[in-house]
Amino acid sequence: MAVATPVIEFRQVAKIYNPGEAEVRALDNVDLTIEEGEMVAIMGPSGSGKSTMMNLIGCLDRPTSGEYRLLGEEVGRKSDNELAEVRNRRIGFIFQTFNLLPRLTAVQNAELPLLYRGGPTPVRREASRKALEAVGLGHRLHHRPAQLSGGESQRVAIARTIAADPAIVLGDEPTGNLDSRSGAEVMAIFQDLNRRGRTVIVVTHDDQIAHHCRRIVRLRDGKLVRDETVAKPLVASPASMPLAGALGGAGLAGAGSTGSGGGRG
Amino acid sequence: MSVFESIRVAWGGLVGNKLRSTLTMLGVIIGVSAVIALVSIGQGARQQVTAQIQGLGSNLIMVIPRGNGAGRLYLDDVADLTKRVPEISVAIPDLTRQVVVKWGTSEYTTTAEGTAPGYEQVRNHNVADGRFLIQADIDQRRHVAVVGYKLYTDLFGERNPIGEQILINGSSFTVVGLMDPKGQGLGTDYDDRVIIPISTAQRMMGTNRVQTILAQARSSGEASQAVARITAIYQKKFPTRNPGTDDAMMVQSQDQILSTVTTATQTMTLMLGGIAGVSLIVGGIGIMNIMLVSVTERTREIGLRKAIGAKRRDILAQFLVESMILSLAGGLVGVLLGMGLSRLGALINIPSTVSLASIITAFVFSAAVGLFFGIYPAMKAAVLDPIEALRYE
Repeated sequence: MAVATPVIEFRQVAKIYNPGEAEVRALDNVDLTIEEGEMVAIMGPSGSGKSTMMNLIGCLDRPTSGEYRLLGEEVGRKSDNELAEVRNRRIGFIFQTFNLLPRLTAVQNAELPLLYRGGPTPVRREASRKALEAVGLGHRLHHRPAQLSGGESQRVAIARTIAADPAIVLGDEPTGNLDSRSGAEVMAIFQDLNRRGRTVIVVTHDDQIAHHCRRIVRLRDGKLVRDETVAKPLVASPASMPLAGALGGAGLAGAGSTGSGGGRG
Repeated sequence: MSVFESIRVAWGGLVGNKLRSTLTMLGVIIGVSAVIALVSIGQGARQQVTAQIQGLGSNLIMVIPRGNGAGRLYLDDVADLTKRVPEISVAIPDLTRQVVVKWGTSEYTTTAEGTAPGYEQVRNHNVADGRFLIQADIDQRRHVAVVGYKLYTDLFGERNPIGEQILINGSSFTVVGLMDPKGQGLGTDYDDRVIIPISTAQRMMGTNRVQTILAQARSSGEASQAVARITAIYQKKFPTRNPGTDDAMMVQSQDQILSTVTTATQTMTLMLGGIAGVSLIVGGIGIMNIMLVSVTERTREIGLRKAIGAKRRDILAQFLVESMILSLAGGLVGVLLGMGLSRLGALINIPSTVSLASIITAFVFSAAVGLFFGIYPAMKAAVLDPIEALRYE
């Protein structure tokens, strides 16, 4: 295999709010490279710049200076529409508060990214249904978020990501609102996604959660202070809901052949 | 995202808030139905008045004394005009007075109209039975009468009136004819009257004057020229300080009256439509208000949609389509309600005509209202920063 393009490449990336007198250097000339198939935790106390880094990685924001290449492409030069396109196809967000639309059923929520991508309705519906089955919610397709538990809601949110089949899964405190058991379920799915070739990045302040990842990046005051490798990552027990074999058919094309992640696991 | 998907998403947003959507739509419904109903009534009124004026006769010209011309119109003037104004084919005198008519034990108060042959032609109103007045009736001041249709039914019921003797203000008259029913117009009932020779009427009423002269132009094209000529005759006969404004005789053709009245009713229709249009704009402001609330409430939803790949135009379309659905659905219901209201008006004798033009105008206007008042909230939603929006509590 030729030298692969890093999935994420930060070169002296800075994000400065209120440039001028009261400027806040949320990120201060950070270098960071994340290769395809890695599972990385970004840690740091509040105000350390981890949310800023998350927003930059997720293409919700552009750096003030420096260079951010996502899958080899410079993000800073892209238009708003191009960034929307990148978010739609390359990135899957998992939020602490799930961010499901309350009026929509589970299957409609999981279908949302595909809605903005276009394509025939039956195909989208099928991908959405399979994604929900993959996270063990095949029996909850037509429930609304209000009828689901926190763990189930987060799994719908993950299904929304799986259906879109992005290269990068970005979790922003994905277990923050969950009990430990649901949290473990979520981490099990993340590890499984990683095993199937997705690059997984989790922002968290929870050491326990972070140690499910092979690499932990620590930020403080906008600077990268530590970049460590976890020798023996914790393995979340799949517990009640192992990722169904349907995952491969849920639009995760090439999940099995993207060997790097699976090989190292 | 396709237009169809935009509509589906927007529809979901509206259905998710049924009461609010309905109430917002109500503003547009009331606005549109008010425009339709009021414009229909205005147009109905115009058609009715137009029909009434046309019913006065055909190519009619009226000479009516006013100011210092009051009481200075005589029978001779009729002959004079006929002779000097080639554009008129016939001219007749007219003298009316309230009278009491008796037949047997029945007694009615009605209008006696003294006139001359030619009335049928000028008024476009013919006898149904018997005969109309003839010149000999005038010359010999005969006590003959032609009864209007309403007076006939009131007085005689089903009985043939021809040859019957009636008393008009105590004088005996022989009924020689019965007029066709003609109906009402401009505040008078053409059927509630008795027509007698002008000479007899003048004698009965103790005057040698006539109230008005009615003339018929040979064609509608010659009417204005006839009016000009008659006006000139009387301006010369009764000189005034400001010819044209304080003339002793008011000379008007039917077309002039028609255009005056048409202008007046058109102004009324526009005014009514305008007032109703204001309520449509108020409805639009209601849409804008509720859309702004909706955008604020759904800030997180907008943030999420952007995070998973919605472009500005997708968000713009979503909210714009919502406001368009509100205004178009409101417009549609409003059109139906407006048509229903004007139909209801017709039932209680308010004339109304629903025109296609007013329906299309109201509908297009309501769509424009939805677009205009929806664009600002939609823009506001579209330019939201996804990071801020996701953090919004």
